[in-house]
Amino acid sequence: MVNEMNKDIINKKLKNSSVGIAGLGGLGSNAAVALARAGIGRLVLVDFDKIEKSNLNRQYFFTNQIGKAKTIALQENIKKINPEVKLDIYNEKIEKGSMEKRFGDVDVVIEALDSAETKTAFIEEIMTKLPDKPIVAASGVAGYGNSDRIITKHLGNLHMCYDEHALSSDEDVLMAPRVALMANWEANLAIEIILGEDK
Amino acid sequence: MSIEVNGRKVDWVENENISDLLKRMRYTFPLVVVKINDKVVPRSEFSDVIVPDNSNVAVIHMISGG
Repeated sequence: MVNEMNKDIINKKLKNSSVGIAGLGGLGSNAAVALARAGIGRLVLVDFDKIEKSNLNRQYFFTNQIGKAKTIALQENIKKINPEVKLDIYNEKIEKGSMEKRFGDVDVVIEALDSAETKTAFIEEIMTKLPDKPIVAASGVAGYGNSDRIITKHLGNLHMCYDEHALSSDEDVLMAPRVALMANWEANLAIEIILGEDK
Repeated sequence: MSIEVNGRKVDWVENENISDLLKRMRYTFPLVVVKINDKVVPRSEFSDVIVPDNSNVAVIHMISGG
């Protein structure tokens, strides 16, 4: 049971913590909103993309935001939910060779990118250049059903939300329930890392 | 003389590099993150890094979608 004192400690710890999110699509936008609601102190949000109509089946944006930069739109949406979160937004592409650039000073990095190629490169770069940084990643978000196949894999500083039997999004659909499930799984892992034993 | 790959105990082969091990394990996924004894090995080094005896190898398959 969480008593009042524990709640205070948890809220304080979250408020003093920061999470960086690479990519603001289905994974990143939903994870950011969950962390903002949970009361995280600071979010570093990085994406170069603009919102398209086809994103609205899973991403935390609205019809009147189509065409807007995802960073700006997500900032608007989060401010409506929890204006106390400090937001550092970077409207830029995460480029190979400097993928760790914006994440040096956050407590946890969340990989929320789309293609398997970029995901792999990102994890490799963070783990080599910021070896002490906890990183949360997701693989296998496409499709529907099979919630029970999703597992958490802890490999040193890499914490994966993982369904190794899922199809790639190139062959299967992306839909809100499963994408948001994994996004929230990632946010939950980030909180677990931040709070440690205090849970 | 054995190693553990994704929790499975397999024989250790002298002078086997990561690419060879992935082939031997029939891991054909194109995009994987490999950790040996908790240290990540960049893909560019898969043909150079020899898998040591008694090592613990984790192979994670990255799938598109986000």
